[in-house]
Amino acid sequence: MGYKSIDEINEKIKSGKAVVFTAEEIIDVVAEKGIKQAAKEVDVVTTATFGPMCSSGAFLNFGHSDPPIRMCKVWLNDVPAYGGVAAVDAYIGATELSETRGMEYGGAHVIEDLIAGKDIRLYAESYGTDCYPRKEIDTYINKTNINQAFMFNPRNCYQNYIAATNTSDRTIYTYMGTLLPKCSNVTYTTSGQLSPLLNDPYYRAIGVGTRIFLGGAQGYVAWEGTQHNPGQVRGENGVPIGASGTLAVIGDLKKMDTRFIRAAVFPKYGVTLFVGIGIPIPVFDEEMLMYTAVKDSEIFTNIMDESVPSRARPALGRVSYAELKSGFVMLNGKKVPTAPLSSIKKAREIAELVKMQIMKGEFLLAQAVAELPRENKVNTLDIREGDN
Amino acid sequence: MKTIKVSMRFSPDIVTKPLTYHLIKDYDLEVNILNANVGLNKIGQLVADITGEEAKIEEGLKFLKEQGVDIRLFTRSIIWQEEGCVHCGACTAVCPTEALTMDKNSWSLTFNKEKCVVCELCVRTCPIKVMSVSI
Repeated sequence: MGYKSIDEINEKIKSGKAVVFTAEEIIDVVAEKGIKQAAKEVDVVTTATFGPMCSSGAFLNFGHSDPPIRMCKVWLNDVPAYGGVAAVDAYIGATELSETRGMEYGGAHVIEDLIAGKDIRLYAESYGTDCYPRKEIDTYINKTNINQAFMFNPRNCYQNYIAATNTSDRTIYTYMGTLLPKCSNVTYTTSGQLSPLLNDPYYRAIGVGTRIFLGGAQGYVAWEGTQHNPGQVRGENGVPIGASGTLAVIGDLKKMDTRFIRAAVFPKYGVTLFVGIGIPIPVFDEEMLMYTAVKDSEIFTNIMDESVPSRARPALGRVSYAELKSGFVMLNGKKVPTAPLSSIKKAREIAELVKMQIMKGEFLLAQAVAELPRENKVNTLDIREGDN
Repeated sequence: MKTIKVSMRFSPDIVTKPLTYHLIKDYDLEVNILNANVGLNKIGQLVADITGEEAKIEEGLKFLKEQGVDIRLFTRSIIWQEEGCVHCGACTAVCPTEALTMDKNSWSLTFNKEKCVVCELCVRTCPIKVMSVSI
């Protein structure tokens, strides 16, 4: 079979003839028809994830007041936003905590409330300039009365991730949820065989400029995500074993839907944002289809001991997502219950929705304009003296 | 007929007594054990639904108290606001009785109220606050 271009696939989408499956459905299609035949017939495979992604936030432009203000410090519902950009621009980060309510409300909640169309209290301070004399403003904004509101998430959509447990004698509260003492549970967070970058292990399809489903709107891959680590150990099928590639994504917050963006609080850890992302993968050729047919039993990760307060946490064992999803894993000869933190049900809903949008011609694929790096070194932060 | 949910704590010296036998035999009560943590020379704990005539339940509880059992009635229950739930599964990581589990086909959260011992761990763990306690 020859190479199928994005333009050819888009023509089929426009004429309502595109053949689309989700990354779960494609497993059975390939098993039944074989790679060769299926690659001829299938045009697009949709992937999705819905999980807690801390590295998320939104740029907002409030419009100018009269007299105008050059906002230096900005709060939204008492949550500090970053105002160190132009006069009425700010970035609200998902994990920032409320100064009055602490961990029960944070930047993620501001984002969810904005999407829901609620009024948000804006308070800002300035030192005042000749051109921007106002020193203080206290008002309410919502998504219809501000200018741009776009989500820009520096790191989403992790290509695989760790599974977590706790060998200590006390319960610990982590970004991987509540981990019970003495390895009494294991948590994991991925949609596995449905997850975008696990279906495109070498970033052949997904790159800068790829059109995606982001929180209910159409958005784009903006860049490699922070801590993008394509050099992670990989299995024979190319799938990384543990945290590896990441995506920075962008999309119009005003068009998002709270069904696909939800604020979350992880007890004694902090606030984060559940982000729903769907990425269609064009079936260029047989190799691409083969990658999208990956199964949970072929995707592995390491169970890490989160009770060790160190960067290099020890791995206690390697398991497949088929094992993790079965409800328990064997750890040092003991049967340990497992729990997901990322919603597979929601990921399926998104993959299905994107599939339907493509079949109806509402979602066209975009050719990536630049590739994601396939190699780079992840630096660590060391305590050192400056050079100058 | 009435059903109550009760937690019973036994000191090590009475853990060997067949207390549930007496509840069933002497007071005609139906005892559905939901959670048990019992061992020789240890403090034991049972959580059970007890069904029977109201007067018999009263008498049965009085009997248990006389035997030195520390009794606590569950007057509250866990409320799951299903429509707001994202089915992430974080609560299933801490639920001690498997009252909260993931359905392996639909990956929906399922809540079996019968198994719930109202420990409230899910309320504290739920990232989006759809679990709460009735008052």
